[in-house]
Amino acid sequence: MALQSLDIAKRSATTTEPPQARKTLEVAKLIDVSKCIGCKACQVACMQWNDLRDEVGTCAGTYDNPRDMTDQSWTVMRYAEVETDRGLEWLIRKDGCMHCEDPGCLKACPAPGAIIKYTNGIVDFHQENCIGCGYCIAGCPFNVPRISKKDSKAYKCTLCSDRVAVGLEPACVKVCPTGCISFGSKADMQDLAEERVTELKERGFTNAGLYDPAGVGGTHVMYVLNHADQPTLYSGLPANPTIAPTVTLWKSIAKPLAMAGIAAAALGGLFHYVMKGPNEVSKEVEAEVEKELEAEK
Amino acid sequence: MIRDPNDLQRYTASERANHWVTGICFILLALSGLALFHPALFPLTMLFGGGVWTRILHPFVGVVMMLFFVVMFFRFQSLNRMTGTDWEWVKRAREMVNGDDHNMPIMGKYNGGQKLLFWFLGVAMVVLFASGIVIWRAYFSASFPIGVVRIGALLHAVFAALMIIAIIVHVYAAIWVRGTIRAMLYGTVTRAWAKQHHRAWYRQVTGK
Repeated sequence: MALQSLDIAKRSATTTEPPQARKTLEVAKLIDVSKCIGCKACQVACMQWNDLRDEVGTCAGTYDNPRDMTDQSWTVMRYAEVETDRGLEWLIRKDGCMHCEDPGCLKACPAPGAIIKYTNGIVDFHQENCIGCGYCIAGCPFNVPRISKKDSKAYKCTLCSDRVAVGLEPACVKVCPTGCISFGSKADMQDLAEERVTELKERGFTNAGLYDPAGVGGTHVMYVLNHADQPTLYSGLPANPTIAPTVTLWKSIAKPLAMAGIAAAALGGLFHYVMKGPNEVSKEVEAEVEKELEAEK
Repeated sequence: MIRDPNDLQRYTASERANHWVTGICFILLALSGLALFHPALFPLTMLFGGGVWTRILHPFVGVVMMLFFVVMFFRFQSLNRMTGTDWEWVKRAREMVNGDDHNMPIMGKYNGGQKLLFWFLGVAMVVLFASGIVIWRAYFSASFPIGVVRIGALLHAVFAALMIIAIIVHVYAAIWVRGTIRAMLYGTVTRAWAKQHHRAWYRQVTGK
């Protein structure tokens, strides 16, 4: 919802500058995948804080439950059994909105104010302005937004913008029993990640690293991955996420060109009429036709 | 209601009704589509009952337009085959636009420009309909891979813009060439109009 109304960095379908007087701290959530035990407390806390209750699903033979994010499940744990040079590894990733610095959903959204990026980095959906077109889904490089079947509004993780606004950490961070999820300023989270990556490297995870993809300007949800060289091992975390070139072509190039083209056609018509005059039937032809009709009689 | 018994029938009542249903659909689609295309035009959603209603209505109007366009397409397609003379007309179109139509080749019921517009609209309608289905989130988008949905959104925007430009040209041409709009309003044109702009058609229907 529209909290922190003065601290907006970007607003969907808005061409003028947002209010910028106040500067806030850029925040981030750090998910240390190497510490995750897959308990799903974060999923439960998310449901509880946000008053969400998904339909009870069915077991598909894996721990993934629910199987995918929905309008009622804004975060899900994804369990991948992967063979690496260390043998069989169980890679568990808490999936959800990455809160991109350059959000593809916001770029694609046609409804003014339906998607807001706060100056603290949180990307939030304001359902009261959402028209349900689903363009955010096309814009997102991480396959995050979900449209509700009931109200046709788009939903996703808010990074508990309501809690963060009053100085609390997100619900999932609060509840995590292993300290796998941390929350703070983005700079602090990067430092924390660096310490953890060094530790992991000492323990033999030579490719450990921080996932803060530059293709979307960095994210405000970051992962420490023990195999940062292969993010796709973690249930398809994209290796180099960017806003799709088709979306950029659509929103950054086609949009202004089309508007210019349409305006040029309309004005071209008006000025052609004014400068060249109408194309009237000539007096000559009119006289000819008169003659023909006379002859007929 | 007969205005002048010497006037020539250019369109039947059924053809006119078909054209206007398609035309009204186009206007509704252009306004609602532009509303969702550029933020500056988002207020146009108010004409349709707000953003959500615009999103709901647009694709259904599109389906209606496609149905009526298909009927119109098959009604007129045999009259719109391009010939050598049509290409000659297209090459000289600039002279006419500049106000001199004395050297224009003699045209049948439709000139080269009208025919090209006809075929362009055919292609645009197919692309817009197909891409529109792909980006129709409420019923269809989930059945397509995300890459296809993105291409659909891009093609829909590009072809919609081209089609709006084409229709502006179409409407302007009808305004510019005086005595044309009545053909689509009550079906007839004057003999002089026909002789000046579509002489081969004039000869065909009058036997002169």
